[in-house]
Amino acid sequence: MTGAQAAPPLTKTLKFIGAHGRALVIGVPMWWLIVFFLIPFAVVAKISFSEAVIARPPYTSLIEWTGEGAMLLKLNFSNYAYLIEDSLYILAYWSSIKVAFFSTVATLIVAYPMAYYIARAPERRRNVLLMLIILPFWTSFLLRVYAWIGILKGNGIVNNILLSLGITSEPIVMLQTNFAVYVGIVYTYLPFMILPLFTNLVKLDNDLLEASSDLGARPMATFFKITLPLSIPGMIAGSMLVFIPVIGEFVIPALLGGPDTLMIGKVLWSEFFSNRDWPVASAVAIVMLVLLVIPIMLLRNAQAASAEGSS
Amino acid sequence: MGVDRIETKQTIATGAKPWVDQAEAPFIRISNLTKNFGDFIAVDNVSLDIYRQELFCLLGGSGCGKSTLLRMLAGFETPSSGRIEIDGQDMASIPAYERPTNMMFQSYALFPHMSVEKNVAYGLVRDGVAKAEIAERVAEMLTLVQLDGFAKRKPGQLSGGQRQRVALARSLIKRPKLLLLDEPLGALDKKLREETQFELVNIQESLGVTFIVVTHDQEEAMTLSSRIGVMDRGEIVQVGEPHAIYEYPQSRFVADFIGSVNIFEGRVTEDAENFVRLHSQEGGCDIHVAHGVSCTENQKMWLAVRPEKFSLSKEQPAGKYNFVTGTVDEIAYLGNLSVYRILLASGKNVRATRSNRDRHDAEAAPGWGDTVYLAWDDTAGVVLTQ
Repeated sequence: MTGAQAAPPLTKTLKFIGAHGRALVIGVPMWWLIVFFLIPFAVVAKISFSEAVIARPPYTSLIEWTGEGAMLLKLNFSNYAYLIEDSLYILAYWSSIKVAFFSTVATLIVAYPMAYYIARAPERRRNVLLMLIILPFWTSFLLRVYAWIGILKGNGIVNNILLSLGITSEPIVMLQTNFAVYVGIVYTYLPFMILPLFTNLVKLDNDLLEASSDLGARPMATFFKITLPLSIPGMIAGSMLVFIPVIGEFVIPALLGGPDTLMIGKVLWSEFFSNRDWPVASAVAIVMLVLLVIPIMLLRNAQAASAEGSS
Repeated sequence: MGVDRIETKQTIATGAKPWVDQAEAPFIRISNLTKNFGDFIAVDNVSLDIYRQELFCLLGGSGCGKSTLLRMLAGFETPSSGRIEIDGQDMASIPAYERPTNMMFQSYALFPHMSVEKNVAYGLVRDGVAKAEIAERVAEMLTLVQLDGFAKRKPGQLSGGQRQRVALARSLIKRPKLLLLDEPLGALDKKLREETQFELVNIQESLGVTFIVVTHDQEEAMTLSSRIGVMDRGEIVQVGEPHAIYEYPQSRFVADFIGSVNIFEGRVTEDAENFVRLHSQEGGCDIHVAHGVSCTENQKMWLAVRPEKFSLSKEQPAGKYNFVTGTVDEIAYLGNLSVYRILLASGKNVRATRSNRDRHDAEAAPGWGDTVYLAWDDTAGVVLTQ
């Protein structure tokens, strides 16, 4: 290198960033996804095609070398076949989807009026209300779910109030039922529904509501014909944020659910840790992912369609 | 666009004048209407009568209360005090969705998730009109606003001018007794605005609906309206036909707001029965006004002279009155006329226009720095006492 050509290293770096800025910006999240999502996914997929053995690690390798130096790729589909054979898994998937669906609907019903009220509140009060929505995140999620045990159990807060008011003569069994699971899910996921709904509703142009009223629509008609259809993107976004994690939810059914609460997250956990059958557990996880991709695609399409309509 | 029709049809402005006729009952009667927002008085004790089939413009700068007044008529704001009557009916207890009014919003407020057709039909659907009739009336209305081929489009797929016409169609479909228009042409570019002005007048005439238009654009108000109400700080300062507002302003505010004007401050030197004379320090001139004014000697008054009322020349006019002299400071050539800014000895700027009637008079026209004389007739100015 001659003196004339040598640039200070800092300038060189800056030049590099200048020329490759776009690639760098996109590269960081891309590599993050490759390292922390794609590779683990490939590992799980690989395990799902192996056989369980009592060893360390507790599964066989996919690739074997024969004596003649040939490579043998052994894909074992029996784990997937097993998921179909044993009705437990199908029931668990079905029940997870059912729980996720109904709790999403319940969350939506509870969240909508709250989001609507916050969006319509004067700006100063709005921030306080939003703060209150986010506040529970400052406490551990586990603790908050655990607290529901105290509220719902036989001699818990709810039953004590009901008994002292004379509404029931003996405690109602709420804990360790699906009801408790729904309560826990709606409570936990409410902010994930409220926030996207709020962002949507707060953008709603007041002129549109006045125009509707001006054209003879009573407040209820205005809500159903204008506000509700225009908030569909917010409802879809919130529903995705609730539905998808609830399918794989483990902590809430484990703490609040009972013996008849069957959810795939729990099944997965027991396959990994109780049965130590990693290949089946991996197959369960892969199937769950595929099942999740379908609703995500459907919701994405619906969102794109409604965005196109309103542009 | 239907500009050709305007010549053949008599507008209410040139035809009947119901506000002159004592026997005619007003269609809209606003009495002592006030609206406060906290300490701020948006509309201050406004009383106004508007007649059937009028195209009435509320004109004023931003924050003068014109939009608040319109919103009270539509039912979006509740008056703090006072009364609104439409067609003899008190509006106090009638919510927006039951009023015989419709409004065209400045933002158009088209429903983005509905097609043009659905937007226009919205008001009829809410009223439970039969489907066949809705289809017929929507088609008719879309023809009227020249949007025949656009029924299935969404508002997002339309241009600004087309959206404006959808908004108009939607607000007219219920055949309201009164149509309220909030800056209806504000979002359009100049050329489209001029075309649409005429279209709006045509539609108003052919449907016979009473229009109240809110605008800050005095040119728009002059073109559209049968009468103008000029608003300032929540009050209506003058109501009248466009010609009267322009030629006979009653205050410096109105004179200044409508068109451009030169105002000379002066004191009364001679007060006779059929003339007054003023001396203006500012103009450096004596003013002769050829009609009587109720005033006292030495009272402060103003003379307002429109730029086009001056005759501009390089020669000193004969006589002692009604001319000022200064040097040409700025010339703006607009094609049909030139606007001159003349600097007087007192430091006051005066605007004068000179029509470019002769193509070859560049020699005769005053140029930059020339000393010129601006003269006006003794009836050309308006004497203002406030």
